[in-house]
Parts: sequence; structure tokens; C-alpha cells
Amino acid sequence: MSSGKAAVGGGTERSEYTTVFASLDNYDKGGVEIINDDARHYAFSNLFEVAAKSKPWEKVAVAKNLEYVLEAVRAEGVSEWRTAAHDEFAVCMDGEVTVDLVKLDASPLAADAQGSIAVEGEPAGKKMGRIHLKRGHQALLPAGSAYRFTSAAPGVLMMQTIAGPDTQYRWAEICQTA
Amino acid sequence: MTVADVVRSTAPNSEGYFEFTLGEFHFRRDEYFVYISWPTGSHMMSVDAFLRAMQRDVAWDFFYGTVNFDGVFGTVNHYGTVDIFAGRFNDSYRKAELDYSENHETPAIRETFKSILADWTNAAFDPFASPHETGAAFGIKNGDNDSAVTRRRIAASRMVAVPGDEEIRTDESGFPVNRMFLDVDQSEPVVEFEPGFEGEVAAFNLFAYLSRSDVTWNPSVVSQCKDSLFCPTTEEYILPIIHGNDRVEWFVQLSDEITWAVEDRDTGAMRSRVTMKAGDVAAMPADIRHQGYSPKRSMLLVWENNSSAIPDLIASGKLPTYPIEF
Repeated sequence: MSSGKAAVGGGTERSEYTTVFASLDNYDKGGVEIINDDARHYAFSNLFEVAAKSKPWEKVAVAKNLEYVLEAVRAEGVSEWRTAAHDEFAVCMDGEVTVDLVKLDASPLAADAQGSIAVEGEPAGKKMGRIHLKRGHQALLPAGSAYRFTSAAPGVLMMQTIAGPDTQYRWAEICQTA
Repeated sequence: MTVADVVRSTAPNSEGYFEFTLGEFHFRRDEYFVYISWPTGSHMMSVDAFLRAMQRDVAWDFFYGTVNFDGVFGTVNHYGTVDIFAGRFNDSYRKAELDYSENHETPAIRETFKSILADWTNAAFDPFASPHETGAAFGIKNGDNDSAVTRRRIAASRMVAVPGDEEIRTDESGFPVNRMFLDVDQSEPVVEFEPGFEGEVAAFNLFAYLSRSDVTWNPSVVSQCKDSLFCPTTEEYILPIIHGNDRVEWFVQLSDEITWAVEDRDTGAMRSRVTMKAGDVAAMPADIRHQGYSPKRSMLLVWENNSSAIPDLIASGKLPTYPIEF
């Protein structure tokens, strides 16, 4: 190990550090060491493990706080068009994903509808633009727009959204239970 | 209440620091320690640990739930008022009936804590920095570090990088890449927008944004889906407080590794140790308190439900303390 600058009042630091990110092909899961509790209360899972076991574009909840969810999505190929009445956000956790956005002429959802739904066929409306995401990039999926993801190779998205009709719940399969 | 209303000694003590009073609590420091007294007892803390904890309490405006400075002293946020306590979440103090608590209007405790932080932080010490990044908190009065202790709290109203909202961090804006994240890709996403949609088509490099954070253990909001708040933060060394929940919160480990010591919120009895590696997701129940240990600077996504209704629903038993029924 090489040493870097002298630290204040102590030893030295390394000259360089490696940041550990995970991916579909390379993740190392931690866990809950129970002392006096129930492991299920922590709903411990791993985004990449969930996506590795999912079909393309399935929206699998990995976290839930009342109506709000975080979903792990395996990005592979071309997704359907979807829309929500509220803002959603997508973080690319692995791979490269393109987002196409269309401003819908008329939303099929009520203004207070929660969660996203699929849009039948091609969305009617103006093209808003396109976003090219790589690992670590976060995109806004604006309320009232339709969005479609494209990923040439398997990748992973983490969605910040509200639970909807297509949110999948597999807690017993994905979480540490003991 | 303003800074002018804060109750402090008329002159500094022999080490050069003012003493402060809030209700029946009294605070003083010397070269190494902080001394806190109240009608039923007194307490000592290392000034280093005390200032790091107070910095988070002030920066977060008392955060969600309980901020334990250590096993004795801390605050409970009631979102408009704040309890300041000694021994309230310590089983021995409770059984001996030596615990003590006062409730204050938030501005009163906020201004008092800000005044203590400003006066007791010397020029070379940054309470937000990791130990490798700052000088020591100890010694007699030697200048101040107001720019460090009054950093602006960042809270995007929609998402970082949306026009008119919080901006991305750059060298030019005073946020160089941290020494432990020099290998993090800094490329921003390619965003192509049609005319008229400049404000709607937006993206940013979250990992690069975090790699340029100049503070540790300080969640800031990068995106909001109604009451769902993404509050990522960068962590190094030890969380300077023991955070007691008043609602379920969730962690997503974005990079590297953190180990959490999880205790019962009210008694401090150990409940679990949670080791989180990149990609791991875990809930922290509403009746626990926790302290994190990060051997290398890491990226953690703290995910909060900001609904003001939750603390009462949890406290009344109308909501469970854990998030998922299997």
C-alpha cells in the first residue's frame, strides 16, 4: 500500500481509493445479524439480485413506505410506454438506458391517480425529447408524459414512484426472513 | 426568537468560550469537554463528538424523530417544538427517575444551538468533515469557522438539474470531487429536448453529484415524488449521532459498505447489526435507533416519507413500526 498525504494528527491515507459499485453480474450482498429482533422487519434485499431474477421491465417493489415504493426494474430491450399523473424518477444503477418522452395530448389518468399505467399503442402527443442514461444517472419522468425505456443489454433501473397496478410484491422471495 | 435573545454568559470563560443556558439546561466547554447540567444531573461529552452531533441537529433542523448525541443527551422533534432531554432514552436514568426533558419552541432551541456551534467551533475544525479532512476540535478558543457551520441546506423541490431547481455540483461552483471518489465517472447524461420542453426533460449524474459532496452524514433532498423524498448522502467514519426514528425510513446502499448498529429506540438495547453493501436495500423500523459505521467514504440513499401524519399514527399504534407484512 502506498501512502498519500499526512493526515492531521494521525497516520497517512492511501494514495488512491476504489469506489465499489455493484452490477447485475457482480454484487456482494450484506445482511441482517439478528440479536433480538425479527429479520422480516428490515425487509433486506438487493436491487441487483432482484433484477437478476426478474423478467425485463417487471416493476418489483424493494421498498415501500405506505403508498410510496422503490422498484427494481430489469432493463432489457424496449419497454412499453407508461404514464403517471405525478412525477416519477428513474436512476440507472447498471447499464445504459435511453428514455423517450412524449407529452400526452390527453392523460388517461385522473389528476390524483397514483402509480403508473401502461399506455396502449403509440402515445398521442408532442415529442418532448430523449435522455441517455448511464450508471448513476437520474432522470425526471414528468407528470402527464409518456415514457419508454430502451436498453440494448441487460441493465437495472431504480424507480422512485407510487405503488400502481403493475407494481409486483415478492417480499418473501426477495427478502431475508431469518 | 433571534440570536440576540440567546441566553449566554456576559463574558467568555478562561478558555475563551461563552457559556449558554436554555431553560434549565446549562452548557459550557473547556479544552476537551462539554459539560451539560440540568436540575437532576449533569453530563460530560468530548467536544469533538458534541460539535459533530450538534452540527447535524442544526443542519437537519432537528431531523425526523430523535437525535441522540450519545446515550444520555439529545433532542426529539415535534415539528414546531423540540424536546431537549437528558436520560430520557436511557434505561438506567429512567428507572432511577433521573431523566429530564424540556419542550421549547423550535426557534429558541435552533438559535441557541446555532450560537453554541458558532462560538465553540474553532477556525481549523469543520464538524461536517471526516476526521482525515479537518483539524481538531480541542483547545482554547482560536478563531471561528462560520462558513463551515452555516452551510446552506440543499433541498430540491422537484429534482436537481431541473431548470430553476438545485444545480449540479462542479469545480466552478466550489465542489471538487472528494479524494475518496476520484474514480467516479463525472459524465453527465445526454439530454435532448424539443423546443418548449427545456424545463421538463431533465437528468443529472447522481453519483457524480454525491462524489462532490463536501460533508459527511448530511442527507439532502435530490428529488421529490409528493412526500417521497430521495435524501442521498455521503458517509465516512461514524454517524455522529444515534438517530431514533419516529417513522420507518429506508436505506439503499449505492456504493461501498456501511454497518449499522441497531438498538431499541427507547432503551438502547441491541436489536441487530445490519451490513449493507452496494445495491442492498433495508428498512429501519419506526421503533429503533441506529448508528452507522463507514470504513471508506460511501454513497447512501436515505429514503423518507415526509408525511406529517406518520409520527402520530405510529405512536398511536394505528400504523405498525415495520413496513412490510409478509
